Parts: sequence; C-alpha cells; structure tokens
Amino acid sequence: MRFDCVITGGGLAGLIAGISLQKEGRSTAIVSTGQNAMHFFSGTFESVKEAPARLAEIFEAAGIKVHYSAGVRLMPMGTFREAELALGDVDIFPSERFASKALIVSFRGEQGFFTGFLADGLEKAGIACRLAAIDRSSGIKKIAAAVSGLLDGEDAVVLPQVFGQKDSADVEYLREAIPAKVVFAGTQPPSVPGIRTQMQLKDYYISLGGTFLQGDEVTGAHVHDGVVHSVVTRNLDSHYLEADCFVLASGGFFSKGLLATPTSVVEPVFGLDVDYPADRSEWYDPSFAADQPYMRFGVKTDVALHPMIAGESVRNLYVAGSILGATRPEFGTGAGLAIRSAFAVVDSILKP
Amino acid sequence: MSYQEKTISNHNFEECTKCTICTLYCPVMKVNPLYPGPKQAGPDGERLRLKNPWFFNYALKYCMNCKRCEVSCPSGVGVADLIQSARIKYDKSAPKLRDRMLASTDFMGKLARPVAPLVNFGTSLGITKTALDWTLGIDHRRSFPKYSGRSFESWLKKHASKQAAFPEQVAYFHGCYVNYNNPQLGKDLVKVLNALGIGVQLLDGEKCCGIAMITNGMSAQATKHAKHNVAVLGKAVDAGLKVVATSSTCAFTMRDEYRSLLGVDNSAVRDSILMATRYIYEKLENGAKLRFKPDFHLKAAYHTPCHMEKMGWGVFTERLLRMIPGLELTVLDSACCGIAGTYGFKKENYASSQAIGEELFKHIREADPEVVACDCETCKWQIEMSTGYTVMNPISILAEAIED
Repeated sequence: MRFDCVITGGGLAGLIAGISLQKEGRSTAIVSTGQNAMHFFSGTFESVKEAPARLAEIFEAAGIKVHYSAGVRLMPMGTFREAELALGDVDIFPSERFASKALIVSFRGEQGFFTGFLADGLEKAGIACRLAAIDRSSGIKKIAAAVSGLLDGEDAVVLPQVFGQKDSADVEYLREAIPAKVVFAGTQPPSVPGIRTQMQLKDYYISLGGTFLQGDEVTGAHVHDGVVHSVVTRNLDSHYLEADCFVLASGGFFSKGLLATPTSVVEPVFGLDVDYPADRSEWYDPSFAADQPYMRFGVKTDVALHPMIAGESVRNLYVAGSILGATRPEFGTGAGLAIRSAFAVVDSILKP
Repeated sequence: MSYQEKTISNHNFEECTKCTICTLYCPVMKVNPLYPGPKQAGPDGERLRLKNPWFFNYALKYCMNCKRCEVSCPSGVGVADLIQSARIKYDKSAPKLRDRMLASTDFMGKLARPVAPLVNFGTSLGITKTALDWTLGIDHRRSFPKYSGRSFESWLKKHASKQAAFPEQVAYFHGCYVNYNNPQLGKDLVKVLNALGIGVQLLDGEKCCGIAMITNGMSAQATKHAKHNVAVLGKAVDAGLKVVATSSTCAFTMRDEYRSLLGVDNSAVRDSILMATRYIYEKLENGAKLRFKPDFHLKAAYHTPCHMEKMGWGVFTERLLRMIPGLELTVLDSACCGIAGTYGFKKENYASSQAIGEELFKHIREADPEVVACDCETCKWQIEMSTGYTVMNPISILAEAIED
C-alpha cells in the first residue's frame, strides 16, 4: 500500500500531523500500537503559551471544546498548577481561591476520586469544604438533582471528571443544571476527557480520509542511503507500507518509542541516534519524586526535525511528540511538545 | 522447579502496567456486571492463578474472546489469550451437551445436510425453539442458520479438473459455514478468482478450525483439529500454494489461536493463510484486472468483525470494496455485534449479546444501506436477525459486481 505519508503513532502528535496533512490533500496512514497517553491526559496543554489558531481550528472541526485564559487549574490531589489552554472540562481560575465554600461530591463505592486530598488543598487556598457522597444512579438528570439537593450555601461544587465518554453534553448539562459553580477534578487514570478527545480526533482524521491502523505495530523499516522507502508492520507482515515521507511519533518509554537496556537507550524501529549520557548513574535521580533525567532523553534531530542514524540525517523521516524528550526545548513538554512539534513537522513536509 | 515456570508468561502478562485502558474497550463489561473485565480476568487474575489455581474465577466464561482488549493495549499484553488460556488450563468441568452441540459445527453440518429442508423447517418453528430453550438452554429468540442440501466440497470436487486448468492456483479453506450453510459464497470466490486467472483447490481434507471448541471447553478436540489442519495446510504450502479463507474467524484461529491457545506449532503455514480480500486486493494492486459491470450500483456499509480488527486486515477489505465502481461505501465505526460465535446462542448470554450489539445496530440503521458487508458469518446471523438488513460477504459483493 502506498501513501504520501505514513505516521507511526496514533497519539496527539500523530493525529495532529495526520489531520493537518489530510487537510492539505495528502494521503496518510497512521499505525497505532494500542491506545496512547491521551488516555491519561490531564485536560490542559502545557507549554502552549498562546492559543494557537491552528490547534483551535482542528479541535473545533473535530467537535472538541477548548478555551484559553491564563491562570491556575485544580489538580486531582488538591494542588493547583498554572494553565493557559484547556479542554472545556477543565476550569482555569484567575487565582486559587475560586470560591468561598465548596461541596465536594463523590460517588459511593468509587475509590479513584481523592476527596480528602482535594479538601486539604482547597482549605489551604482559603475555600471552606464539605464532603458528600451520592449513590451511582443512572441518568445525568438524577445526578444533577441529587447534587443540587445537597447544596447548603456553597458557591462551588467539585465533581469527579468522569462524565461524557462520547461527547461533552453531560459536562455542559451539569454546569447548567446545578445552581453553583461546577468544577471537575481529575480521578485515577484513565482520563475520561482524554479518551473522548482521542476518539474525536481519530474520528475526524478518518472522516478526512485517513487510514487508521489500530492495534498494529511498526516493527521495521527499509532505509537506503538516508531515505526511508517503506515500513513493516506486525499485522501486515509482507505487505509493506510505502510512502514519500514518514513521521515517527511513537512516544516515549511508556509507548515503547524509546527502550532502555542496561547499557543504552535505543529507538527500536529505525535505530535512530538518541541523546542520553553514557554513564548510567546520570540517567536517574535516586530520589523517587525528583525530576528524573531519563524523562528528558530523546531522539536527536536537525532543525527540520529529521532524525539521524549514525550522525547522518534521514531525509524523508520526521519525528514529533514525546520521543523528542527534551532535545528540542523550544517545543516544551507533554501535550505542548506533541502539538508544536507535529505542526513543525507538517510545515517541513509541506514546504516545497 | 525453576522460578521462570511461574513468572514467565507466553502472553506477556508481566508487561501489564495496570493502566486500565483495556477495560474501556471491553464490550462485555459495559453490559454485564458479573464479568470482572479484561484487566482483572486477564493479567491481574493470572498473577493470582499462578500462585494458586484456587483463584480461577468461573466468571471468565463471560469473555467473548473478541480481542478488543488486545487491540487497545498499549503494552502488547495478550489479555484475551490470558483469559482463554486460563479457561483451558483451570476449568475442568465437562462441557454441557448444548455447548458440545454448538461447538461441533462440522459434525452438526454433516448430520443436517442430507435432511436439510427438514432441519431448516424444524428450526424455524416456534415450538422447536421453545423446546431447545427449555431442554438445552439455547435462547428461543435466536434464528438459526439454514443448512444447504449440497456441500461446497462436493460441488468443487465436480469442477476440480476445470479448476486445475488455470495457470495459477490457490487453496481455499472454506470452513463449515460455506460447506454446509452457504456454498454460494464459495462459488462466488471461485468466480472472482477464476476471473483473475486463478484456479481454486480444496485442501486435502480440512476440518473445522475449532474456535467454537476452544471457547466451549473442548480444547482437546480443538487441538486434534488444529494438528490435522496444520498438516493439510502444510501440504498445500509445500506445493507452493497460498491458502485463502472467506471467514475472518477461521483465518484468525488458524493463524493465531492454534499457537497461542493450543500450543500447536503453525509457523510453517501461518504466513501463507490469508483472507481472500487481502489476497485479491494484493493481486489488483500489483496490476491484475477485473472486468466490472458498467451498470453496477450498490449502497453498502462495511462492518469490521472483531477478529478482522485483531488481524488488522479490515483495511484490505475496505480498499477492495472501494475499487468496485458503483459501490457507495460507508465504513461503520468498529464495534462488536455481540454474537461472538456460539456465545450469543446461549440463553444466559442472549440479553448481553443484544445489548452489546445495539451500538452497531444503531449505526447500521443510520447508514441505511442496501447491504451490510462483513467478513464473518456469525456477525451476519446476528445483524440480519437484529436489524433486518441483509449481510453479504465482501467476496459475494465483488462476484456480483464483475462480468459473468
């Protein structure tokens, strides 16, 4: 099978690249090994200092609500973090004291919502808290009515971020129906808004004519004289995927875009050069909670985001997303890195 | 005893990071609270079962073996393989008469064929359905597949010399469904392949692929079938032939389940077993031509069966269908139809089975096609019964679209 571009990785970076290329009339395929880090998405895009019009356009066309304002957001354990661009599910407040009294509501029997930690964090921010639990009931109307009935002078309600796997209608309904400010706080993974966003982006990509190969894995590639001719996948075996150019957005260690061995860190598909210290003791910080150096390891690239094999650029291969680690600090980390590097790759590909 | 006996799994269970993604994509978990879900039934449960078989949970029988957990797993864990292997290893209860009957598609077909009109009439009667429900636990709301009076094998044997005259040859694993229920699908495949200059051969005595035996607690019989089939497939492969199938589950079982669930070495034949849609698509991509009817028109919606999704080959069927001039194609969102072979026939699973399929049925009604295209016969039974839409194998659609 032949395409203009074959993308390895169906996460945020791969989908943004695929969607952008399809919109420009290029034929693409995305090979996705299982699901991806979008399923753990917190709902805010770090390292995106402004609301890029390109991103907003894609998300709007895919039916995903995003909003922008500089401020702080509530995290699952009751802490606050700076944020600018967020999914509609996540509120951004000008300051941590977003209400005077809050009612934190959980569902009985659900253990992944950390009400005690949330209350501690909110009290620290100067918000008086009360905890309540309701039974799991079917129907969003019943839930809204149950929560509304519990209100006793609170001007905010904190609910687990578990509503709306297919679309955000339930999220919007709760905000309308409950007579207080409704704030959603993250739970234990997976992330419902993240899953929804991934599904909407994937559906949008397919609606643009993209070929999404779910549950397949790129296992090898044919590279000659610095040019990739085709990639091999586990499911299609002898049927190679050929293209003019290739994008590698296979993620970091979690998605096996990078693999660590006892002595080296490798990129398994192409054997690309990876930037990491030779001395293993510099890979990690013995303090568990510290910022771990290995999280910054990534594939080396030139300015056009071409990676290298033994120091030589691969001319029709581009890398995007967390496989870059911190080798390109200008793109930031996390969702910001995925989006900004994907756009940069698309620009490189489309540039005549 | 080495520690590795207890700690190394063939199904990658030590790779599970407990991320819970699989539980989101399990069709059963959405509708059946008795099922603990792929993570608990699979890698979580395996850890305990390795410690002590006492931890085996009979609720594992609710797993449909659709493999959607494996397709979604970011870490390459054989989640459904772990569940099915545990059932094979620890569930020592003898299968019920009903399960034996449902699983023995080959044997039942042989019994029914000579008296097909009688059987078809009988199984369409309300009284028979009630009796089967009461006595065996086969749900009375199910409709049964019809049997054909003449087997596909006997038809193709009659045409063997004509087929042998084609310059290029391929072997066909027709499966029980084509042989006993729908020989026309086999004839359609022969028509399309002949139009490409390819003759069709039978294998030297194929047996049922055995998937229904695997899922109904008859792994010993399934293993016998697997060894037999690997041997006859091997003869064809040694003769330089590819083997094509028109049923995604038969192809998937022989390629993957033989090795991973039954421990039967199929490495010599695995890569030669192809879905007919992939085989034909590759021929056309490499320049072979089919003469299509100029006035052909059909509005179709393609449903990717779970095992086609697992093999990752839906893309071949989709692209092949798109090559047909006059075919207006909608690709339905990939979702399980709920039947899972014999699963949905069982009284205790009927309600879950229909609830699982509802999402797909809704998409089909919205698309409102003239036919639903699908590579799996049990999906066909489920969709036809539940929506009233006609389901055709993509090969039959292709056969209709080309000149006679």
